[in-house]
Amino acid sequence: MSYKKQKNLIIILFLSIPILLLLMFTYLPTVLVAYFSTLNWSGTDDATFVGFQNYIAIVRSADIFMPLLNSVYYFIGALIQMAIALFLATVLSFKIKFKNFFKGMLFFPYLINGIAVGLIFTFFFRENGVLNEILSWFGHNSTTDWLRIDILNNSLLAGVSIWKYMGFNLVMFIGAIQSISSDIYEAAEIDGANKFQIFRHIIFPSIKNIILLNLILAIKGAVSVYELPYIMTGGQWNTSTFVIKTIQLGINGRFLQIGLASAMSFVLFAIIMLVTRLQQILFKEKEQENHLK
Amino acid sequence: MKNYKYKQVITNILKYTIMIMAVLVVVVPIVPIVLGSFKDSVEFQTSDVFELPKSFTLSNYVTAFTDGNMMMGFINTVLILVISLAISILTGAMTAYVLHRFNFKGHGKIKALFLIAALLPSITNNIATFQIVSRLGIFNTRFVGILLFSGTDIISVYIMLQFLDNISVSLDESAMMDGASYFKIFFKIILPLLMPAAITVGIIKGVAIYNDFITPYLFMPSSELAMISTALFNFKGPFAAQWEVISAGIIITALPILVIFLISQKWIYNGLVLGAVKE
Repeated sequence: MSYKKQKNLIIILFLSIPILLLLMFTYLPTVLVAYFSTLNWSGTDDATFVGFQNYIAIVRSADIFMPLLNSVYYFIGALIQMAIALFLATVLSFKIKFKNFFKGMLFFPYLINGIAVGLIFTFFFRENGVLNEILSWFGHNSTTDWLRIDILNNSLLAGVSIWKYMGFNLVMFIGAIQSISSDIYEAAEIDGANKFQIFRHIIFPSIKNIILLNLILAIKGAVSVYELPYIMTGGQWNTSTFVIKTIQLGINGRFLQIGLASAMSFVLFAIIMLVTRLQQILFKEKEQENHLK
Repeated sequence: MKNYKYKQVITNILKYTIMIMAVLVVVVPIVPIVLGSFKDSVEFQTSDVFELPKSFTLSNYVTAFTDGNMMMGFINTVLILVISLAISILTGAMTAYVLHRFNFKGHGKIKALFLIAALLPSITNNIATFQIVSRLGIFNTRFVGILLFSGTDIISVYIMLQFLDNISVSLDESAMMDGASYFKIFFKIILPLLMPAAITVGIIKGVAIYNDFITPYLFMPSSELAMISTALFNFKGPFAAQWEVISAGIIITALPILVIFLISQKWIYNGLVLGAVKE
């Protein structure tokens, strides 16, 4: 067979399976969700076309809108998480013994199964759990079930999310910091710069892009929270999230409203697209700046 | 000079104090789970959470494995993981090879197809995936898991592409001089050289599949099909009051990942950084 024929054959053969899977389980669902979002459909009865009513219902219904607002807790949590990661990455970038041990220990929670993490912290916050035990060492005896306290529980859940995901940011930041040549540090130290100055003028500017990237990922993560609250509270006591609600209404709840759930899925899609667009704009400006320099 | 030394001692103390405190935050919530998993149920309820186990029993682990369905969970997870990883890595390498070595009409579009796919909200799109899976008649089979995990994602493709950059095209060309077909070049030359990329992708994806909850939870609900995540999740019902058994389940779930992590730290770090930076 000629190489030209072979080329065409190999392109078709090699790409057909991955593209088929992609179309079938990624693109087709998106198209269907867009279509479903215009329907009033419980999954069992006949669907009726309702136009944009599902989208209007999202804005009008507090039951759906409140979970979306809960994303704010996770977003603020993610900002704190990045600040902690940046701080620890900076400390780890100085001369320190057991560096790999520390890095590994702090990263490992990222790899632990989300269900396991949820259960670890369900036990941590329960009446006779770990937190109350620790508090009792300081003479504060309580049998509070922390996850049931309305004004606290979302923050606690965001805290658990920090515990699990901080290591990811840490590894990213360490990677970026390591790519800075050590000559620069040494020159700065010879010139008498202190640690804060080194951070402010050398480390921070060179990892600005990776911080921005992690920030974008944080927004996407905050609107997509599912596992941790689902396991720890089942979305009770005002801790539901947009995705928990969507899955409930669209797949495994008692009364399905597939149209409404699909509209919610599409709203999520729109938010993610918007953020991605923002990312592209910000990065493009960065690149142009660099070109001008 | 004395002042300088004094300052350095302070910095050192501060440095290690900060790191040790951070490590404590990670470890403290886990310690009671480890200790508790070895206590019998009476001791678990009467002892302090940080107390060392006196009864030291392995029965919780036995219960978790048998009554807790974790044995089944492991078998299903390994089965689904191995098959879908093999498919996913092979098709990922094939995709990357074609995209890297050939120029053809639609080249850019296909790359974009993978890129945009990463932006679609796969969790909530499950509403429609659920309908598709039901219509195909594969709901509640191991096949669903395999099918959904076998897809190639842009990050795997990018990691492969990056390694392909370092495999010289002259290798392909000299093989062509000898009359080797493109298929032979791919399977005999490129694929073996892509091994490091395959391992990187395999570990990152393998951990992700092992830890995935939503796919088995939504599409494979029956207990014989439980994967490790769903097996552990189901502990919440029958063992709700038996935290010593849940603790054992948590340890059983996390231990294999700890071992993988200790063996392959470098691969995991590199894979994550490579993947995310490319995104």
